[in-house]
Order: sequence, then structure tokens, then C-alpha cells
Amino acid sequence: MAQVGNTMLKAARRGSVRALIACALFLSASMCPAFAHANPPPLPLPMRQVAPGIYLQYGAQEEWLPANAGNVANVGFVVGGRCVAVIDSGGTPEVGHRLRAAVSQVTPLPVCYVISTHAHPDHILGNAAFLGFPGGDPVFVAHARLAAALSGRDRAYRNAVQRDFRIVLAPDAIVYPTRAVAGVLELDLGGRSLQLQAWPTAHTDNDLTVLDRQTGTLFLGDLLFVGHIPVLDGRLGGWLAVMSELKKLEVTLVIPGHGPAGRDLPGLMAPQQAYLETLQRETRAAIKRKMTIGQAVQQVGRPVAPQWLLTELFHRRNVTAAYAELEWED
Amino acid sequence: MNMTRRTLSSALLGLGLLCGAAQGQIKSGDNAEASEIWQKVRLSLFESRPISTASDGIIVLETPVRAEDSAVVPISIRTRFPQSATRYVDKLYLIIDNNPSPVSAIFQFTPASGQADIETRVRIDEYTHVRAIAELSDGKLYMATRWVKASGGCSAPPGKDAQAALASLGKMRLRIDGDAGAGQPVLAQLMISHPNNSGLAMDQLSRQFTPAHFVRRVDISYAGKPLMSADVDFSISENPNFRFYFLPRGEGELKAEVLDSRDLRFQSSLSFRPAP
Repeated sequence: MAQVGNTMLKAARRGSVRALIACALFLSASMCPAFAHANPPPLPLPMRQVAPGIYLQYGAQEEWLPANAGNVANVGFVVGGRCVAVIDSGGTPEVGHRLRAAVSQVTPLPVCYVISTHAHPDHILGNAAFLGFPGGDPVFVAHARLAAALSGRDRAYRNAVQRDFRIVLAPDAIVYPTRAVAGVLELDLGGRSLQLQAWPTAHTDNDLTVLDRQTGTLFLGDLLFVGHIPVLDGRLGGWLAVMSELKKLEVTLVIPGHGPAGRDLPGLMAPQQAYLETLQRETRAAIKRKMTIGQAVQQVGRPVAPQWLLTELFHRRNVTAAYAELEWED
Repeated sequence: MNMTRRTLSSALLGLGLLCGAAQGQIKSGDNAEASEIWQKVRLSLFESRPISTASDGIIVLETPVRAEDSAVVPISIRTRFPQSATRYVDKLYLIIDNNPSPVSAIFQFTPASGQADIETRVRIDEYTHVRAIAELSDGKLYMATRWVKASGGCSAPPGKDAQAALASLGKMRLRIDGDAGAGQPVLAQLMISHPNNSGLAMDQLSRQFTPAHFVRRVDISYAGKPLMSADVDFSISENPNFRFYFLPRGEGELKAEVLDSRDLRFQSSLSFRPAP
């Protein structure tokens, strides 16, 4: 099935939409391989080694669209003594294939874990590219609530990918977790251990962080946005609470879901915290003044929003979500 | 109301398959009349009655062009003349062509509303035309249409925080938002805490759907007389929210009764006293 997905991607790149739909409809092994040999192997993503054995690619600070091939989220991997853990896989199967190619450029070791920091499409749709290692499929690890969140969005993701990217996702191209994290989980990569922590509802209801103990590197997923405006799809109050917990962690390198990594965790978080606090305070005030959602969207956060990238795309959405959450307070 | 209920459910049954077929195909807001689903809905609700789209003097539909959050899309339907005993808006139909169940709400008004305006929030599943159709007391029909870009609203798990949503099921708030004076229609708001599960969120592993559980009927009365009622379905967002008007006629109880798809009943009321 992974092969079929792969073939369809290649067909998509050639713009052969009809062939691609034929593949999707019939999944016929005899129909699809005609396209399989026509294209070169995927171009490895340009990774940078940000700490010993930790490789990172910065996604474009843009909307999730064909113009950037859906490559808008930070994706990375950690190389252990025995195997590799991938942390987020990108916004299309193609980004995933390019990430897999990047792994094999660095090491012959197999990928044993594919960890998803949350269920958003720009972070998770590359997972299918990691099926089918000679030693077996890797374990797909995520927050215990991710499967439900993903299944609810499954159909919408397929529609969006078809509408915007002209890619028909194979039935198994959206990969569900095979190991769920409810609290804390340690993963061993061979002489190197990762600590995964599942958080209460914050950016989403399925946020997971990954700490590499050896280097003190913390992958925060979208619990931290740098540059890219924070996007609220969980609970505003919860997110602020989780941030104050995160700030207590002793780490040496912090990797956000979007935007550049840095060393100073509280410093990196400060702009996001200021934005979310303003959003909370002003939305509360708007509700108190009996404004509708539509009115609040026009008013709330005007001075702080322009400092961010993609404000036009997400700020009003954030006000909408904040309003729906806060109107039930007290 | 039975007729309406029957019409609503037959419209729902007949259209399920069509919607599936249309998914992912519609990209443009051009030619609102050509929508295949709309033609079906139109036939089932209005048969061959003429519907005027020159609706500016009668009805205005406000939506965002691009929904900020497809699970919470604010919709506002405004009518352009006061309700009177001789000429009033009897019903407002809210149709979302490309939702799994396009007939999203049918509101019924009385002259006591003063102003037959309604504001609510809906889920939008695919790029779609949204339509508001006013049926006047003289039987004439007027339609306003907007194209909205949004996707995934219906099948997204209810609640950015699903656990919290169930805990407060059935809690209601009814309140007066406007000034109660001078014989003008007064704005009121009804908030219902309810996950309004669409039944469309499927667990891909167990292949089970989260069972549908949504508010399907709202009745609002003032001083013992019906003011406004609504037949609604899961196109309405989680925690259904309605803003509506009523014309003060002295002291009286404003009361909301809600029935959901599992026949659970909730009610809330407040005593209204006009400003001196």
C-alpha cells in the first residue's frame, strides 16, 4: 500500500491526475507500476545538525499549500546507537519521503519510531513515507488522544489534500499511532533515550513533547510558535498553564513547531505568552461588553497581532476560538 | 410543525449520498443556482414556488468569506422590516449546500418577535454556498446566498476539548443583551452547553462512529406565548448559540425549552421587566 501511495505521489508530480485517480480507485498493482520507475528518488530534505545526532529542517513560515509542497512545519530526527526516531514528518507524503531520504543520507540505521507532536496535517501527513523498512514498520507514537483527533479530521484532510494539492491519499496514507502516550514514556534508541510527555489540552487536545536527555534538546511541537503566529485549536487557558509548566524545564536547546530554534526557553516563549494573554484579556472584555463573535474578531488583539507572520490567516480564527471558550466562564 | 419535521428528515435522507459524491469537487462560488444539491433541497422544501433572489429589501445574510474556524462559523440573518400582524417573516431556512445534512435550521417566528433576525454559529464541512430563505406570511419566498470557504467543520471532533464538553451537557444560559425600553425589539441570547455530535466523526481503528447526539428543537416563549422556535441539526456548532429579538409587552417570563436527539429536555427561563 505504501508503494501505491508513493506511486500516486509521483503521478501527482507529473500532473497525471487521471492516472492518479485510477490508482486511487482500483489500487491495482498492475496499473500503477507503469509510473513507478519514471521518476528519480526523492530529494533529501536539507537538514542541519543542531546538536550531536539531532537533525532539523525548518519548514517555510507559510500557509500549508502546494507552493511550498506542504513543507511548512519543522521536522527532525534523532540518531541513536541502534535506530532513529523521527519527530514530525511534514505536510504531505512527499515531504515524508524526502525526510526519509535525508535520514538515509546520515545513517544506515533504520527508523524505529515516528513520533507525532500533534494531529495537524502539516506535521503528520508524511508518516506514510516511513512504512516498509526491511526490519518492519516503525512504531508510530503519539498522545493518547491523537487517534480520535485524527480520525475526526481524516476526511477533511483527504478533501483538502485533493482540492489544494491534487493528491488522492491512499486509504492507508493517513497513519494512525501504534503506541499511545498518556503520561510520560521513555523510548530507547540504543544508548540514547527520549522522554515523551503528553500534555493536557493546550494548542490542541493531543500535544506531545520530546526531550533528548543526552543533549537536553526539547522538541515542543506547536506548543511553541516562533515568528509564525500561535494558532489556537485547543484551550487558551490550558495552553497558558502548560507553558508555565514547560518554563520550569532545564533544557539547552528548544525546537518549536514553526520558526527558529533557540537556547533560552522563557525568552523564546515570552512573545507567545504576551499574545495569548492579550487574546484572553481582550476577548473576555469583548464578551463582557456583549459583543458578538463577529464584533470581537474586529476588535481583539489589534495592536499585538501585526508583529507575527501569517496574522491574516490565523488571528481572527484565534479570537473565534477564544470567544467560544471564554463565553462560558463564571 | 409535523410537516416541517417530515420535510426536514426526508430532505436529510435523500441527500446523504449526493453530498458524498460532491465532496472535493466544488471549488468556486460561481453560479449558485446550478448547485445540484440546492436543486434537490429546493424541490423538497419549496417545490416549484418562485424564490426571489432580489432580496436586498427583505433579507440579508452575513457570513465570513473564509471561515476562521470551520467548526464555529458565525452566521447572521437580518430581515429588513419589522414584524407586524399583517406582514411578517414566518420562517427562515438556513441551507448549507455541501454539508452532510444541508437543511441546517428552520426558524419559525411570530409577530411577537418584533424583528425576525437570528444569529447563530454553524459547522461548515466543505467550500459551500450558504443560503438564507425567508418565507413571508403572504407565502412569498426571498433568498440571500453567500459563498463560504471552510472545510472539516462537521467531522472534527466536537470540542477542542472533548472531555470538558460532555461534563457540562445541558447547562443553559438565557439573557437579555439589549436595552429593554421604548417599545423597540429587544435582543436576547440563548446559550446551550451541548457537544452537538454530528455522528460523522469516525474512529478509523474501531471503524465506529461517535454516535450522533445533537440539539434538534428549540422553543422560546414570552409571557406564555410562542415567540420563536427552531428545528435544527448538527450543522449548528457545539454549544448552540442563538441571538434573537422579542417585542416587550410588559412583565413576563422569557422561557427556552430544548429537546435533543436522545429526547433529553432542558429548560431555562428569566423574568423580564421592561425598563420604566
